[in-house]
Amino acid sequence: MTWTRKILRVNLTAGTCQAEPLNLEWARQYLGQRGLATKYLVEETDPKVLPLAEGNKLIFATGPLTGTSASTGGRYAVVTKGPLTGAIACSNSGGYFGAEMKFAGYDMIIFEGRSEKPVYLLLENDEARLLDAAHLWGRTCWETEELIKHAHQDPQLRVASIGRAGENGVLFAGIVNDLHRAAGRSGVGAVMGSKNLKAVAIRGTRTDAYAPADPEGFFKAVAAAKAVLAGNGVTGQGLPAYGTQVLMNVINEVGALPTRNHKEIQFEGAHAISGEAMKQPRDSDGKPNLVTNNACFGCTIACGRISKMDKGHFAVKDKPQYHGASGGVEYEAAWALGAACGVSDLEALTYANFLCNEDGFDPITLGTTIGAAMELYELGLIKKEEVGFGLEWGSAEALVKLAEMTAQGVGFGKVIGLGSRVLCTSYGRPDLSMSVKGQEFPAYDGRGLQGMALEYATSNRGACHVRGYMVSPEVLGIPLKMDPGATEGKAPMLKAFQDLTAVVDSAGICLFTTFAWGGPDIQSMIQPALGGDWSLERLMLLGERVWNLERAYNLAAGLTGKDDTLPPRLLNEPAKTGPMKGKVAELGKMLPEYYQVRGWTPDGVPTPETVARLGL
Amino acid sequence: MQKSLKMDPNKCTGCLQCEMACAYEHHHTFTISRSRIKVFGFEDEGRKVPYTCTQCDEAWCLHACPVEAIVLDPATGAKKVLEDLCVGCKVCTIACPFGTVNYVAATGKVQKCDLCDGGEPACAGACPTGAITYVDADWTGLDRMRRWAGRTDNNPAAV
Ligand code: SF4
Ligand code: SF4
Repeated sequence: MTWTRKILRVNLTAGTCQAEPLNLEWARQYLGQRGLATKYLVEETDPKVLPLAEGNKLIFATGPLTGTSASTGGRYAVVTKGPLTGAIACSNSGGYFGAEMKFAGYDMIIFEGRSEKPVYLLLENDEARLLDAAHLWGRTCWETEELIKHAHQDPQLRVASIGRAGENGVLFAGIVNDLHRAAGRSGVGAVMGSKNLKAVAIRGTRTDAYAPADPEGFFKAVAAAKAVLAGNGVTGQGLPAYGTQVLMNVINEVGALPTRNHKEIQFEGAHAISGEAMKQPRDSDGKPNLVTNNACFGCTIACGRISKMDKGHFAVKDKPQYHGASGGVEYEAAWALGAACGVSDLEALTYANFLCNEDGFDPITLGTTIGAAMELYELGLIKKEEVGFGLEWGSAEALVKLAEMTAQGVGFGKVIGLGSRVLCTSYGRPDLSMSVKGQEFPAYDGRGLQGMALEYATSNRGACHVRGYMVSPEVLGIPLKMDPGATEGKAPMLKAFQDLTAVVDSAGICLFTTFAWGGPDIQSMIQPALGGDWSLERLMLLGERVWNLERAYNLAAGLTGKDDTLPPRLLNEPAKTGPMKGKVAELGKMLPEYYQVRGWTPDGVPTPETVARLGL
Repeated sequence: MQKSLKMDPNKCTGCLQCEMACAYEHHHTFTISRSRIKVFGFEDEGRKVPYTCTQCDEAWCLHACPVEAIVLDPATGAKKVLEDLCVGCKVCTIACPFGTVNYVAATGKVQKCDLCDGGEPACAGACPTGAITYVDADWTGLDRMRRWAGRTDNNPAAV
C-alpha cells in the first residue's frame, strides 16, 4: 500500500524527534493528507487553543498518492488551527517537497510545543535532527533554502520554510517550498513562526517505504487517467498555456470579477493583467512577462507560471536580484493584487507576487487587504500621514510599497499584515472587510456566481475557492452547466463538490485534475494503490466525513452557524454592471437547504443521525 | 536501426515522471534518488533540463573499468553495468566526462542508463511533453532540420 505507515513526531519544547506507527484505522477512515491530519489535530489538541499558543500543533501531511506516478501526486498539506480565522486551517502545496517526505518514509510530521530558540528540522530517512537556525532567522525563504542546501552540501535537499512574514506574525503568512510553491492560505506560516520553527529540510532515499498494493492495476489506472488529462481542453491545453490566468477575461465577461474591494464586479483593466497579456511582448522591452510553464512533482498538466520582469520597471530598476526568472502570477494572485486594488500594471503585480514567494505570505489576503485599505483611504478614514504615501485606487506604487513593508514588517506593513478584518475593524468599518470567518475572498464575486456565494459562506477555512469550486458548473459547465445567477440546485451540487474535493485533497493530488477527472478516475487509482475495498461510495462518504469533522472542530472552537454569512456588501449592494447587473448574493435562499442536505440542524450543527452515519 | 534518447529541454516542465519511471523500472520504487536520468532546474533562467548517459561509442567508463564490468549491448548500443562483476571501485565515475555513471552506496555498485534493455526506455514512455523521445540514432537532428526547412521561402509569388 502507498502509505508509509509511519509518522514523525517532533516535540519542539523538548527538542525530541520520535517516529511512530501511523494509526491505520484512522487512515482507512480519513485517507491521508487533509483528512487524516485533521483527525490527528482533533484528537490531540484542544479546539479552544489559541492558534499562536504552544498548545496548537502544526501537521505536515501527505496522501497515499503523494510520491507516486499518479499525475499531480506530489502534494502535501499543512493542517493547524488558523490565526487568521480561529478555525481549522488547511493549506496544501505542490512542488517537490511532499514527495520527498514519502521517499524519506513518512506520511506525516507532527510538530508540537514551541522551541525556545529558532530551529530547523533536518530529516534524512531515519535520521531526524533539530538544528540551530539562529543564522537563518530574519532571512527570506529563498535565502533559507539556499543556505540550508549549502550548509549540508546537498543540492538535492527539499526545503519548506517561512520567511520574515512568518517570523513577524503576519496572520496570512504561508510556508514556501521549492522557491515558489506555497501552503499559502490561512496563516499556517504564522503558526510555524510562533513555534520558532524556521524550516523543514528533507532528503529521502528509501526504496522500500511503500509500493502500490496492485502495481499492474495501479499503472494501468494511472496511464488511463493521464490520458484523460491530456485529452481535456482545460487540463491538456488551457492550463499549460495560460495557467489559471486563463480565467481572468472569462470571469470578467461573466460579470463576477470583484473590483476595488468588491465595489464593482467588472474590471476595466482585466485584459492588461490576464494570461493572454502575460504572453504578449511588452511595449517597454519587447519581451513577454511569461517565460515558460512549470510542473509540480509528477504533474502532467503543468499550470505553473515562470515570469521575468521588465528590468526597467520602477519596482525593480535598482534591484537586479529580481531580474531573473521566478514564480509568476496565477489567477488568484493577479486578481487580488490587481483588480481588487484597481491596479492594472502587470509588472507591479508580478513583483508583489515575487515578494509573497520570497518572504512567504498569501497574495490573496495581501491584495484584498490593500484593497480594503484603499477604500478606507478614499473614505478619509486612513490618512496619508499614517502610511507615508497616498493609497489611491489603482496605485501600483502604493501596492509595491505596501507589499515590501509587509514583507519586512515595517511601518504600515505591520497593519496590513494582520489582514482586512483587523484593519477594517480598527477603523470602525468591519463591514468593509471582504472576508468570511476572517479570511478574504478569492477572485469570484458571490453576486455573479450564487453557488460560490454559498461556498464562501460555508467553507470550513473561511472564504475559499478550493473547497467546493462551483465555478466549474457555473461558468465552465463541468460536470454540467448551471445558471450562475440561479440559486436552485446549488446546495446539493456544492455538497458534492465539497465532499469530492476533500477526497482529492486527502489523496495527495491536485484539485486542478478535477477539471477533467471525476470521482471514478480518482477511485480507479486509489483502489490499486491501497488494496482492500475503496469503492466510490466509500470515498464520497469519506469526503463527507472529513467535511463534517472540520465542521465539528470549528463548532467546538466557538464558531456557529451565524459565521456562515457574507459581508453586507455582497448581500445588499447590487452588482452595477455586466450580465449579473442588479444581483445580490441570495444566501438566505440557499443556506437552509444546504444545512438540510448536509444533515445539519437549522443552526448548522450536524444532527446525531449524521454523526452516527459518518462514524464520527 | 539503432535508436537514441533525444532530449528537448525546451519542452521539459520538470514533472519528474521520467525519474520516477526510471527508478521504478530498475528498482521497483518511486524514490527518484534511484533514477539514472536527472532533471536539473536552472531556476533563475526558468529552464529545466533532463540529462542522462549519451552512450558514447568510445565509452570512457567502459575503457576505464578494470574488471570489464561495463559492456556494450549490441542490440541497443547501450553501455551496461554488469552488477555481478562490478567491484564498486568508482573509476568509471571519474572517467565519465559527463558524470552520468554514479555510485550507489546501498548496493556498493555503480549504476547508469542501460536504455532499459530494448524497447522504449521507461523515461521516454513516461514523459508527458515529448521532451524525451527515443528516435533513430542517425537522425536526432531531424526535427530541428525540419523546423529550419520550414523557414525556406519557396513561395512562387515571392520569386
Ligand atoms: S496543475 Fe499546477 S498546481 Fe496542480 S500539480 Fe500541476 S503544476 Fe502543480
Ligand atoms: S518526464 Fe519529460 S517533462 Fe517531465 S521532467 Fe522528465 S523530461 Fe521533463
